Amino acid sequence: MIKPVLLWTDMLIFVLVAVVIVFIFYARHHEHLRAPWRQVFRSRIGVASLLVLSVYVLIALLDSVHFRLPLATQSVGQQSQQNQQQEYYSVEVLSLLDIALLPLREQGEKTYSAPLATELFARETVELADGGRQRFYPRLEYGGAHLKNPAAERNTDLLKRSAVAIVMGLLIWLVLMTPLLWMLARRRELTLAAMLENILRRREAVPWFVVFMVSAMLLILIMLMVWLAPYYHLFGTDKVGQDVLYQALKSVRTALAIGTLTTLIMLPFAVLLGILAGYFRGWVDDVIQYLYTTLNSIPGVLLIAAAVLMLQVYIDTHPELFATDSERADMRLLFLCMILGITSWTGLCRLLRGETMKIREVEYIQAATAFGVRSSRIISRHILPNVMHIVLISVVLDFSGLVLAEAVLSYVGVGVDPSMHSWGNMINSARLEMAREPMVWWALVAAFVFMFVLVLAANLFSDVVRDAFDPRLRKG
Amino acid sequence: MLAYIVRRFFYAIPILIGVNLITFTLFFVVNTPDDMARMQLGMKHVTPAAIEKWKQAHGYDRPLLYNDQHSGLSSVTDTIFFDKSVRLFAFQFGQADDGRDIAHDIRERMWPSLAIAVPTLLAGLLVTITVSMLLAFFRASYIDFAGVVLLVVLMSVSSLFYIIAGQYLVGKLLHLVPISGYQGGIDAWKFIILPVIIGVVGGLGSGSRWYRTLFLEEIGKDYVRTARAKGLAEIRVLFRHVLRNAMIPILTGVVVVLPTLFMGSLILESFFGIPGLGSYTIDAIRSQDFAIVRAMVFLGSVLYILGLLLTDISYTLVDPRVRLS
Repeated sequence: MIKPVLLWTDMLIFVLVAVVIVFIFYARHHEHLRAPWRQVFRSRIGVASLLVLSVYVLIALLDSVHFRLPLATQSVGQQSQQNQQQEYYSVEVLSLLDIALLPLREQGEKTYSAPLATELFARETVELADGGRQRFYPRLEYGGAHLKNPAAERNTDLLKRSAVAIVMGLLIWLVLMTPLLWMLARRRELTLAAMLENILRRREAVPWFVVFMVSAMLLILIMLMVWLAPYYHLFGTDKVGQDVLYQALKSVRTALAIGTLTTLIMLPFAVLLGILAGYFRGWVDDVIQYLYTTLNSIPGVLLIAAAVLMLQVYIDTHPELFATDSERADMRLLFLCMILGITSWTGLCRLLRGETMKIREVEYIQAATAFGVRSSRIISRHILPNVMHIVLISVVLDFSGLVLAEAVLSYVGVGVDPSMHSWGNMINSARLEMAREPMVWWALVAAFVFMFVLVLAANLFSDVVRDAFDPRLRKG
Repeated sequence: MLAYIVRRFFYAIPILIGVNLITFTLFFVVNTPDDMARMQLGMKHVTPAAIEKWKQAHGYDRPLLYNDQHSGLSSVTDTIFFDKSVRLFAFQFGQADDGRDIAHDIRERMWPSLAIAVPTLLAGLLVTITVSMLLAFFRASYIDFAGVVLLVVLMSVSSLFYIIAGQYLVGKLLHLVPISGYQGGIDAWKFIILPVIIGVVGGLGSGSRWYRTLFLEEIGKDYVRTARAKGLAEIRVLFRHVLRNAMIPILTGVVVVLPTLFMGSLILESFFGIPGLGSYTIDAIRSQDFAIVRAMVFLGSVLYILGLLLTDISYTLVDPRVRLS
């Protein structure tokens, strides 16, 4: 039996997914929430960036189901067999993503190799059978290992495999999109051809054309990876020969965890304190303002650095608390989210305070007060729903900044645990390889590309969400 | 005005006390000085005697808050809290773990930090305002759209990428300026120019987008329409009216960061090997020199609060509608 492992961040991620699902169901039945989302889904940039983001989310979710595999049960002696049925588990915590990427994970080389290379990056001196020595580039153990004569065959093999991958991607695309098209056609009571024409001529409110194009692109990219990655190292290998693509994919979860969990953790404080300060004013306001001015006045990076350094001392002096390395790294990730939350809630808190001050003067609140409605009920029924758009906008806007911050913090040395896969750690270790001649550039490029696509999609999406939800910007 | 400044000054004191308490809790209560000593000396093979010696050498061998071996005033003053935290208020930062005087280091390293930060701020302001003015001039056209897309792309690139790419391109491929290092005097510009360019490019995306919204907000107002109705040229409307009014939020946004310029940029400085306060802080974090980190936290907070005060004052100077009360 495998032993499921529920890390703290996994739990929070699942909580977040549950919250999102509940919110979707809630929003479906409330027109004032549906309307802005409808606007998001009718924006071309909105759906395109949402599709890209959903691929990242999928990877992160796959990477959030953790378990430990049992070690091969060896019958050491008859005594132990009788004694207990206790199983021993590997100390390595795996996730579903690890299983999906098994070839990438296992097929390590000796050291650096360039993207799509079939030979190691550096020459090695090998002793020949006749006693002489020769320096040459040794073949990779896995990358292009199926080729007999790599120099001649590699490019045609790559082309062939890419062509197959593109065809496969398009096939899967057709398989996925035809039912969608059919469903759409049924709902509109049109024939398939008429529906297709509607989409191609962009007559639909929802930009289905963009949906089809972007998903085709994404599927082709995914299929290229699926078909090429087991045979080549698409992004090369790093110093210890680990596949860079594998590292980049594993880093997705870290980035998304930091981008989302930080806000999840800080949100209750920011919302509660902000509304309380704005609603009660007086000394409550003074105390809360004092609290956030104090926290805000400490330079963010320094507060994070101090807190993370302290946590590291604590972890190092209490090794007995953590069963595996991943649990330890996970603790540090969670703590990093918390401390990032502490440094970043003040902006939202201040916004909510100001907005609450405005709302509490509105007639319907005064009417509620006159009817003798309790403050707690006024806040939950009347004020909270009316500031939710601010919360949503700031959550979405913060996301990309947090993803970028992770890389910087890892560079400073106060980011996630060095053993955890993250783009920041990849950049940090690749930085030293810049000085090599010729340069080892692929780990750096891979980390930047993955990060760039995620942040760009998040930025575009957050713009669309802001335009849809900000009442000042809403048209008509 | 003076009364206001004095009042704000007194308002800053409880905040600084709060900052001090937070850092004190972080550094001494969560982890005992013993942990720190063990960390500094290496985790294993640490004898209690070595720990005691380290604590004595660095002044951590006293009680945290109250010393019952003394009487009177010195029972409060001969403690870690007084020595390490309260003294910060008098800007007595004490010694770093390697025995150097922190205050002296800060005074010395301030200048390279400023040599980077001030040109970055000025050049950045100039470029950002120019770009956003251009976008506002071409508003609602394809140039505007393409410009905004470009700005979003610029925003989405990690600042580390700008640094690494800039160093590679300018330093390694073109050999125009040295990749890193610093030198005082006339030759300093060689070392300053690349970090400044990278700092400007790195801040261009978000800055220009924000300024563009500010300009567009102003352009929609009545007085702009009046100015156009008078027959003013578009350029004149933009520079005489829109820019001047949009400068209020821009200037106050700049004023708030003015004092923190002293702290330098953490990442730029350490990548370019500039001996400023940013790289000082990073080195302290990496070598876990808590005395320096504590000093920088305090200094940073003081400068931030100073920035808030300057912002409030500058509001009254640029916007006559605002009165301090």
